[in-house]
Amino acid sequence: MHFLLLFSRQGKLRLQKWFLPLPERERKKIVKDMTTMVLARKPRTCNFLHWKDLKIVYKRYASLYFCCGLESQDNELLALEILHRYVELLDKYFGNVCELDIIFNFEKAYFILDEFLMGGEIQETSKLSIAKSVEASDMLQETMEEYMSKPAF
Amino acid sequence: MPAPIRLRELIRTIRTARTQAEEREMIQKECAAIRSSFREEDNTYRCRNVAKLLYMHMLGYPAHFGQLECLKLIASQKFTDKRIGYLGAMLLLDERQDVHLLMTNCIKNDLNHSTQYVQGLALCTLGCMGSSEMCRDLAGEVEKLLKTSNSYLRKKAALCAVHVIRKVPELMEMFLPATKNLLSEKNHGVLHTSVVLLTEMCERSPDMLSHFRKLVPQLVRILKNLIMSGYSPEHDVSGISDPFLQVRILRLLRILGKGDDDSSEAMNDILAQVATNTETSKNVGNAILYETVLTIMDIKSESGLRVLAINILGRFLLNNDKNIRYVALTSLLKTVQTDHNAVQRHRSTIVDCLKDLDVSIKRRAMELSFALVNGNNIRGMMKELLYFLDSCDPEFKADCASGIFLAAENPFESLQTFTLEAGSYVRDDSVPNLIQLITNSVEMHAYTVQRLYKALLDDISQVTEDEVLDVLEGLLVSNLSTPVTRGYSLTAIMKLSTRFSSVNRIKKVVSIYGSSIDVELQQRAVEYNALFKKYDHMRPALLERMPIMEKTATNGPAEIQTNGETDSTILDTKHPPNITQPASQANDLLDLLGGNDVVPVIQTTVPTKPASAGGELLDLLGDLSLTGGPTPTPAPSVPISQPPFLLDGLTSQPLFNDIAAGIPPMTAYNKNGLKIEFTFERSNPNPNIAVITIHATNSTEADMTEFVFQAAVPKTFQLQLLSPSSNVVPALNQGSVTQVIRVLNPQKQQLRMRIKLTYTHKGSPVQDLAEVNNFPPQSWQSLPWGCMGSSGIFLTQSRVDGMKTDDDDDDDLQRQ
Repeated sequence: MHFLLLFSRQGKLRLQKWFLPLPERERKKIVKDMTTMVLARKPRTCNFLHWKDLKIVYKRYASLYFCCGLESQDNELLALEILHRYVELLDKYFGNVCELDIIFNFEKAYFILDEFLMGGEIQETSKLSIAKSVEASDMLQETMEEYMSKPAF
Repeated sequence: MPAPIRLRELIRTIRTARTQAEEREMIQKECAAIRSSFREEDNTYRCRNVAKLLYMHMLGYPAHFGQLECLKLIASQKFTDKRIGYLGAMLLLDERQDVHLLMTNCIKNDLNHSTQYVQGLALCTLGCMGSSEMCRDLAGEVEKLLKTSNSYLRKKAALCAVHVIRKVPELMEMFLPATKNLLSEKNHGVLHTSVVLLTEMCERSPDMLSHFRKLVPQLVRILKNLIMSGYSPEHDVSGISDPFLQVRILRLLRILGKGDDDSSEAMNDILAQVATNTETSKNVGNAILYETVLTIMDIKSESGLRVLAINILGRFLLNNDKNIRYVALTSLLKTVQTDHNAVQRHRSTIVDCLKDLDVSIKRRAMELSFALVNGNNIRGMMKELLYFLDSCDPEFKADCASGIFLAAENPFESLQTFTLEAGSYVRDDSVPNLIQLITNSVEMHAYTVQRLYKALLDDISQVTEDEVLDVLEGLLVSNLSTPVTRGYSLTAIMKLSTRFSSVNRIKKVVSIYGSSIDVELQQRAVEYNALFKKYDHMRPALLERMPIMEKTATNGPAEIQTNGETDSTILDTKHPPNITQPASQANDLLDLLGGNDVVPVIQTTVPTKPASAGGELLDLLGDLSLTGGPTPTPAPSVPISQPPFLLDGLTSQPLFNDIAAGIPPMTAYNKNGLKIEFTFERSNPNPNIAVITIHATNSTEADMTEFVFQAAVPKTFQLQLLSPSSNVVPALNQGSVTQVIRVLNPQKQQLRMRIKLTYTHKGSPVQDLAEVNNFPPQSWQSLPWGCMGSSGIFLTQSRVDGMKTDDDDDDDLQRQ
């Protein structure tokens, strides 16, 4: 996977994860292209697109579009499962996740993603295991802050 | 200084902004506060500030001043700081900044931290954005962690190693010992990442590949366990146990089994098992099947297995889920070369997919259909494909038409079928497209003409001379024919004079047109007349049959041989020509071609020309040189004709071709009501100079005043722009502005031109730039080009440094 983007129906970016080193300008352009392309798709078309030499897989969950760019040898159907798994993880963590959760807690969305994917590949296939790790990390955080008696951020 | 506002507060505030300007204001204010906070080296709130900065960065605002702060956070002892610091590093930093190297030491320390979650953060960051230098420095640490028994760290280390190898392939060897017992792990996370690591190594190094082949049995066993094992809640997805791992293993097996008999054999059973036992009701099962099919097709599997794979794809095609159909079509496209027969069995389903509403699916189905066309199914396929061409979106038409042509090239009957079918199926608006395609591709000239010629070979006897002449004359007088078509008809009639006995009738027709209003027709008629009178002895030679072009792999024919007779024929009256001009040309064309058993073609001598519709096909035929000499000239590059007095030097130059026929006019620009047409003449004996007359017409309601036409050409050309007839283009096509361009092309390069138009319309100035690339090939055979403003002064060549096709040229022209 080269990148994973989350954006709203209005094209506002909610999360961007890049697995390739790309300059800022390039990233902005890709985001723009993706949002334009995906938002232009009609409702009952298939979830795959071709863009340059990448396969783009996207799925809409409520008001958010999850979009990832794959290499030619990656399995598109599995990518749909990966996106779904990520949504499940978010759902488990936030409890009935909605877009607002991701807006206000974007850093947590990143933390969860970082437990699930690394360098574009899956690092853990067990939902339980990921949930445990994130929880433990959060606990570490809380403990520190209790110490400081100041809210982290 | 008051505590900086909290992240959530900021987010909430920014979201209340109603305009972009308001948002920008808030952001700027906050950025200023953050900057001063950074300057004060405030440790407590640094984390908060960076978090806010990251939010603003996501909104699209610059956040580079936070980069160093991220490093400070990473160096902090607090876990919260580190978490945000590493996140910031991954978002704000990349290889390009030198700053990132400062991270190396921090990461190294954190890789050895006592808390595994800190180690995890470090591994994650390194594995996502580590540069080559960082990877080199830290590879040792990663390798150490790869051997740890802590599965949390091991899986992360494995993926980090993958990243290191991608960045610095030479370090691959280093990780080899650590991979020894990776696969004996029970933990799925570690298993999965190990398989990814092994895959990466095998893909990069053939030595590694042979080394790891011995793992095939182990992989097969793991896969088997996954399939056979009972329900495992931790890894279950819709009843399938760890599909992610299954797919990854299948992919590794594919790489290991490719080209290797033993490995392939070892996998046969498990592949068959997966293929038959996987539940297909949900997407996840199909994802596994998809990967299985890909693996089966790539390794040296036994034929039974291959058939199984193709059948799975066939089932996919019938699936309601569009994604699955799409994936099936893509895979079938890959396998159609090797397993043609098996795929053929699913032909009808594939053809049905042409009717799908989804654009992506239609495109794949179309590509696959073309790949499946063969001698047996050509008729049926053509029918379907033509129907598809008829009804598909414009974006497909070009590809579809070219596909149809290419597919139909071999079998002779298909030509006939095609031309017949084309007559009845192909709709008018798609024909210009078709024709444009043909004319744009020299290869297709050869193909098309050859096919059409072949088709004609049968049917000549059935047509009488008079009928033919009737038709041609009909064309000449028909209101619907454009001058171009008339020109071709005239030339065709002329050519027939050598073959038919009713020469007098032909003479009569030709002389009538000697006084035609249309300059083109007049010129042709007069010259043909002259041919009758003064050069009658040469007439047969000049009007000899056109040779067939032989298909070659390269552009155009290499050999030209004489051809059978070509005649025009009965107009197919099935098509009431109730359409617009270009369409009617097309109709004429099709009528001439289609209908009944007689599939005729008007043999004209006019070379091909893109842009305008209708007569194009005729153009193609006109492309062949007159005399039967073995001239290896590509079809379109018919040299420009010389006036009759050069007939003396009869070579295989198609002299007569272009005397009267000349080069057909073309539309160079047509936008916002302004249309500019180029007509070509060769009025002087210098073969390197051609004269183009531009005709600018205005179809809007208001005049275009102060009209200025400028042109620029590539360096090797020279251009001279004479004064225009006026600089007001009257409205509603009441008149036109003409201007003469003389072009010198000593190097006989392809003609290209960039034009700039400026005028005032309804009080406001309008300026436009356009590229003109669709010059008829013969117009540039020896055309000169240059760059000129309309005042007639030569602008310096440095203004137009080659005709680059990207945007920099615009700058050049702008400065003129």
